[in-house]
Amino acid sequence: MLEKALSGSRTYWAWIFSLLVVIGVGAACWYWQFTEGLTITGLSRDVVWGFYIAQFTFLVGVAASAVMVVLPYYLHNYKAFGKITILGEFLAIAAVIMCMTFIFVDMGMPIRILNVFLYPTPHSMMFWDTVALGGYLVLNVLISRITLSAERRGDPPPGWIKPIIILSIPWAVSIHTVTAFLYAGLAARPFWLTAILAPRFLASAFAAGPALLILLAFVVRRVSDFDAGQQAIRTLSTIVTYAMLANVFFVAMELFTALYSDIPEHVSHFTFLFMGLEGEATLAPWMWTSVVLAVVALVLLLNPSTRKNETSLIVACVAVFASLWIDKGLGMVIAGFVPSPLGKVVHYWPTAPELAISLAIWAGGLLIVTGLYKIALEVRGQVRHN
Amino acid sequence: MDASRRNFLKIAGLSLVGAAGGSAVIARGTEPAGAASGHRSDQPRTGPRLAMVIDLRKFGRDDELLKRCISACHEAHNVPDFGDDRKNEIKWIWTEEFEAAFHSEEFHYLRADLQGKPTLLLCNHCDNPPCTRVCPTQATWKRESDGIVMMDWHRCIGCRYCIVACPYGSRSFNWTDPRPHIASPNPAFPTRMRGVVEKCTFCEERLARGRQPACVEVCTNDEIVFGDLNDPESKVRQLLAERLAIRRKPGLGTEPEVYYIVEDPRTLIEVAPAAVVSDAVENDHA
Repeated sequence: MLEKALSGSRTYWAWIFSLLVVIGVGAACWYWQFTEGLTITGLSRDVVWGFYIAQFTFLVGVAASAVMVVLPYYLHNYKAFGKITILGEFLAIAAVIMCMTFIFVDMGMPIRILNVFLYPTPHSMMFWDTVALGGYLVLNVLISRITLSAERRGDPPPGWIKPIIILSIPWAVSIHTVTAFLYAGLAARPFWLTAILAPRFLASAFAAGPALLILLAFVVRRVSDFDAGQQAIRTLSTIVTYAMLANVFFVAMELFTALYSDIPEHVSHFTFLFMGLEGEATLAPWMWTSVVLAVVALVLLLNPSTRKNETSLIVACVAVFASLWIDKGLGMVIAGFVPSPLGKVVHYWPTAPELAISLAIWAGGLLIVTGLYKIALEVRGQVRHN
Repeated sequence: MDASRRNFLKIAGLSLVGAAGGSAVIARGTEPAGAASGHRSDQPRTGPRLAMVIDLRKFGRDDELLKRCISACHEAHNVPDFGDDRKNEIKWIWTEEFEAAFHSEEFHYLRADLQGKPTLLLCNHCDNPPCTRVCPTQATWKRESDGIVMMDWHRCIGCRYCIVACPYGSRSFNWTDPRPHIASPNPAFPTRMRGVVEKCTFCEERLARGRQPACVEVCTNDEIVFGDLNDPESKVRQLLAERLAIRRKPGLGTEPEVYYIVEDPRTLIEVAPAAVVSDAVENDHA
């Protein structure tokens, strides 16, 4: 089936090659990082995780969010998601591969990565995260492959795949829970030491992921004969609305607990995020942008007329995605390190090569999404050949 | 509860070692890595438990001894010197102002001699180390035979999770190749390469030869004492019994094994240190 991604129009190939150029630049930067060390990033002794790990965390959410189409379709037999489910699963595959790549580029000793499997360590959350992500990738590749092959032949999916699909539902929840556990179990980092981290991760994932899926569905509709259907888009936008509300609610819980208890080591991280500490306020404008975007998104999503209007829905989905990307793909990880356990405020901002490597991984994800979506559309005969 | 939890973890760890066909034995020691998973041990324990007592009374403000302790350690262990480059900085033992060292304690109207006092910091070799718990490859682990938190630089994948988990800032990462930044390499100790984490190991390589840690050895007046906490006769135990000593962030339950005597320096005159001290020197690491 993969050969279907290897033929296409001029525009298709122009798009593929521009992605490959971005990937090439990033790969060159990664080679530089590989030979020089992570010193070419903005990371330092005090801020040891940054942009890479933050992207990883955000993308685990995108991967997990496939469950928002898989669950209604397979568990509740919600037919309106019939066309879009495969897009959700393919998005999950791309997102998991991006997650793994972000972890890989963050390693100081990438050639030793197999040590994680040679010395499996159940008391490390990183071990479980590897297991969860690897398993989730296998599940989604298997499920999408089997269901799409059956669809191509015009058969219903074989019966044995059903339990595997059901398994993928709690598995999706587990990948983001375990990712939250990477952070939430650390006595050293009060900012992350909160029981609501995993629920908050899931809520933001189930808002950002389906928002991206809506946007992708609109893009695909423009470039092909595919149409997810109005019903599917409306249900997805309802899911985004509820999840975004839950996320904002959870963030408010965090703020209340930290600010009302007024425990300095909990308050200080929020102060750093939104006001800056000791003159270090790099993230403050970003965080306020995230807040404004969240408010705009909720106003547009809660109002039924703007939620059902395609243009305002697109604006709302972009706002949800951008707001949550700033919150999770930027603020959440960095703020855990500032102030440091010794009370030091240290500046961090990704360097150009660090951004180029990250951009390349995003481009790689887009390349995978493009290829996989192309296959799905070819199978369904929805590709325009002109 | 604790005992059964520990037993469970041990069994889980040991079965892993078995599953890995014995390959999980760490090159630098003879310990099965899985068993030394670094979870809370019950007290009292059997066997030695190495600990350090830093007597802040005996350190002056601009004490040359502080620098000697640091350079003795860093020269012995090929710790690179990056000068003022804080980004790439590597340190096994260093000083912070007293208030930063005990950041979570919120001192007000602090006794004058402690205000801004340079305080030696190093790995606490916690009894319940959070760093070893998070390591995905068991490249760092608590040695059950004496409690030292060990590092295997040949196994470390450089994920830096241990640095994230350490509440004391005791671990450093080699952001770049450290070798050009070592002024005079000590051929008796390995250098590291870029991409791995390193930290103080209580000079396990010197202990193995019956010597004291490098920072302790340069102290002539018991400014730093080192010994077995499980030996009631040891100098560290006697000091802890007689003096008020504090640990960093005790509320986190990590059980640091580096203690700081914070009493007024005038108390030095009250005791006859000779009696306590000379005996203990014999007992320690005989």
